[in-house]
Amino acid sequence: MDGHIFGQQVVNGMVLGMIYGLIAVGYSMVYGVIGMINFAHGDVYMISAYITGITLSVLAFFGVQALVPTLIIALLVVMLVTAVYGWVIERVAYRPLRGSPMLTPLISAIGVSLFLEAYVQIAQGPNPQGIKPYLSGAFRFWTGTGTDQFFQITYIQTVIVVVALASMAGLAYLIGYTSLGRSCRATQQDPKMATLLGIDTNRIISMVFVIGSVSASIAGFLVTLNYGSFDFYIGFVVGIKAFTAAVLGGISSLPGALLGGLLLGLLESLFSGYVSTDYKDVFSFSVLIIVLIFKPSGLLGRPAVEKV
Amino acid sequence: MTACNNLLTVRQLGMRFGGIQALSEVDFSIAAGSISALIGPNGAGKTTVFNCITGFYPPSTGSMELTLEGRSQDLGKLLSSGLFGGSHRIARIGIARTFQNIRLFREMTVLENLLVAQHHQLNHNLLAGFFRTRSYRSAEQAAIDNAISWLEVVGLRDCANRLAGTLPYGHQRRLEIARAMCTKPRLICLDEPAAGLNPHETEELAALIRQLRQEHAATVLLIEHDMGLVMGISDHIVVLDHGKVIAMGTAQAVASSPAVILAYLGVDESPNTEATV
Amino acid sequence: MSALHPSSQNASALAPAKWRELLRDALFTFVLASIVFGPITGLQLKGLDFIANWQRPMWLAIIVTLGRVLFLTALNTDWLKNRLQRSAIKKAQATTVQTAQEWRRWAAISAVAALVAFALPFVFLNNSYVMKSLLLAMIYVLLGLGLNIVVGLAGLLDLGFVAFYAVGAYFLALGAEHWGLGFWGALVLSPLLAAALGGLLGFTVLRTHGDYLAIVTLGFGEIIRLVLTNWLAVTGGPNGLPVPAPTFFGLEFSRIAKFGGTPFHEFMGWEYNTNMKFLFLYVVLFWVLALMIFWIYRLRIMPMGRAWEALREDEIACRSLGINPVVVKLSAFMMGAMTGGLAGVFFASYQGFVNPTSFTFFESALILAIVVLGGLGSIVGVIVAAFVLTLLPEMLREFADFRILAFGILMVLMMIWRPRGLIRTRRPVFTVPER
Repeated sequence: MDGHIFGQQVVNGMVLGMIYGLIAVGYSMVYGVIGMINFAHGDVYMISAYITGITLSVLAFFGVQALVPTLIIALLVVMLVTAVYGWVIERVAYRPLRGSPMLTPLISAIGVSLFLEAYVQIAQGPNPQGIKPYLSGAFRFWTGTGTDQFFQITYIQTVIVVVALASMAGLAYLIGYTSLGRSCRATQQDPKMATLLGIDTNRIISMVFVIGSVSASIAGFLVTLNYGSFDFYIGFVVGIKAFTAAVLGGISSLPGALLGGLLLGLLESLFSGYVSTDYKDVFSFSVLIIVLIFKPSGLLGRPAVEKV
Repeated sequence: MTACNNLLTVRQLGMRFGGIQALSEVDFSIAAGSISALIGPNGAGKTTVFNCITGFYPPSTGSMELTLEGRSQDLGKLLSSGLFGGSHRIARIGIARTFQNIRLFREMTVLENLLVAQHHQLNHNLLAGFFRTRSYRSAEQAAIDNAISWLEVVGLRDCANRLAGTLPYGHQRRLEIARAMCTKPRLICLDEPAAGLNPHETEELAALIRQLRQEHAATVLLIEHDMGLVMGISDHIVVLDHGKVIAMGTAQAVASSPAVILAYLGVDESPNTEATV
Repeated sequence: MSALHPSSQNASALAPAKWRELLRDALFTFVLASIVFGPITGLQLKGLDFIANWQRPMWLAIIVTLGRVLFLTALNTDWLKNRLQRSAIKKAQATTVQTAQEWRRWAAISAVAALVAFALPFVFLNNSYVMKSLLLAMIYVLLGLGLNIVVGLAGLLDLGFVAFYAVGAYFLALGAEHWGLGFWGALVLSPLLAAALGGLLGFTVLRTHGDYLAIVTLGFGEIIRLVLTNWLAVTGGPNGLPVPAPTFFGLEFSRIAKFGGTPFHEFMGWEYNTNMKFLFLYVVLFWVLALMIFWIYRLRIMPMGRAWEALREDEIACRSLGINPVVVKLSAFMMGAMTGGLAGVFFASYQGFVNPTSFTFFESALILAIVVLGGLGSIVGVIVAAFVLTLLPEMLREFADFRILAFGILMVLMMIWRPRGLIRTRRPVFTVPER
């Protein structure tokens, strides 16, 4: 086994895993507070990719050249706009259905997902769009003496890892140490009790959607920088994979989302490198099926006892 | 209590949920044709015992046996035998139950609920059903007649074609009992049948339970908090506290048992007893 | 919703405070709508540049804000309050009991509808567009009926139903290529193969429920599609495979007989008419559908059908009554899958070829929408919904781009307004003899 190929797959897998983890956070948190799988979450990620492209394009148009301010402004804009999307979606499509049998919000979510995909397709055209490259260059690690025996982590990939970890840390702080986070946890564990204690559960649920959307938007921003292109359909597959990551790690567990993301990213990367790139989606979906059948509580989750 | 008359024998039943020992070393027997009650303070483990007997939780330790016509069947084995094991097997050998939170098929009519209960007495042949052959229709009619007669027993005959979910609470409880009886069980387990009933309805319930034993050869085991009902109809009472059996016997024996009084009422703080620090 | 509180005062005289609140709400809505619509609709990416178009987001934001203002003010009026109340009552009355009078009415309507449905294609024999649309609508009726068993009756949310549809279609194509399988052979074998696959799927998802079940089945559907797309050697990859024309006693419905023998039109001494094939498929499908409808109608009042509905209502109660949920789930999946496979054969023959683009998640979502719109468990509802959801987009062809958009909005609105579908389900009634 060539060390450099393995090394490269590990690097790619880790970066991919960070992305999945950031998106998986949204699924985990929403499922934690209202017990629903937000089918449209992947499409929110897709929206953030488009916002990234648009913002960068606008900034370039207005002559903003310096790299770091460009990226920071773009990231903030993306986070803000996507947060609004997340908030609006919850208010319009999910809140009126609070308390309905489980089928109903899921179908509504499918409707939102289809709407978002068509909306972007009509507004921006069906063709993939792209951005100019923003940060080239990489750190190289040599494993042998041959000219191609190295693996690398590009600067962008490094940025992805750093930003993702920082976001996760920020999120962990938010959930673990702030009053908003406490309210989220309380609402997750016992919504009725939380209401009795004066927590505005509606506001908390909105906040959870916003946080999840912001997390996904960071992923969308980073992915756009990394791959340079996007189209209106990227949310579908990535959404399912991020959901797989959330379930793999244990849904409603935030460290589980990150762990599941990393694990899935690594597995997918290794499969893609060593077995087949064409079938890598089949592989990821198979992981999803296997996890949901054999260990639906995931790695870090607690198995639910059936109440008779 | 002679052993050969026991319908249900529970031996050393233990149940563990993660770190919590919900039941330990629970031993009791139910005689055929008796009305028995399982009582105890909240959280004592009564519903857990029920769920073990009716096959919804596999017990961690111990065994439960159902003895019919001299032959004993281990309930635990029925539950765990691979793909086709499960709680439905226990229902099929003659143990029926009702639930604490009524579990009716709310979007189906009252009669349909009772027909579902007689699933195994109907003709399952797809072709026979498609062409509505004579044998199919006669099995269906027998089931309908049986259902109507049970509606008569519980006083719901007039509601036969109403949606089960639209019935008032007390009627729903009675329907659930009728549905359980339609499976022709030997042992029927009632989980808090008097919950939410007013005194008049509770008296009707007591009469119904006696009727089940008298006219339909059913053995009844119930969980109840309504002591009036329990003391009035039970032949045999088992008292649980913190997952253990603390007393067993007739209504009078249990009522005067110091252990039971302690469990329900706590320590006696009257000046006659020594103060404990 | 931060609705204005219904005032105890005269609704037509809104206090100044209410006006301020309304204004604040309108402003808030306008800002949010601008943020939502602004970038995506206002700044269209073109290569590395963009085209600014302020009209679109502005108008969208204005429309949305106006809509919300109208809704909020109307909320204060008695008219809307009454309508909302009546709507809520209707929502709760989703299931009722069948009366004898209603049954007679429905029977009469069905007979007339069936006659019309049978005669229609003969009337439009020379209009290829209408023929194809009718045939496609009928195929979706069949698909809807199949999914209705799984989702509507048994309550098992299957988002990968399109997999059985694909299996049925590809089986005809592959069978024709390798074993000389024809239309009638596939009509018998495809459903069996699909049922086997349905049993396999059901077996693997025995312990999953609700949302998780939905996602797992979605995964299955996607896996099937990806395999069909990538397995070039067998499935022809993205280009797909050709499908032979259907035959009637060996007479092919094509211009030239590909497998020797005479084409149908030659045998009959007629001019070749491409629509002959569609007419033939339509007639066969009509009778297959009639049989299927009758079959499902009977199933619902048989123990198997009742067990499905009982499972949907409460699985734990089913177990307590001695019903094995494993058998019930498997039978539901297999019956539904069989129907999907059957539909696949008709679709493949109709199109003349199969490729993976016909079997995307959107198809599963469309079939699900048919079942949900029509009313879970209602046969009539499914038929009506299939026709509406297939023919309406065809009639509004110019707005093709907006088809999926409208579809998405429709699904959300349906869930908020009529989650149980448009047609109420009716429970069967039994005669209780007089005392």
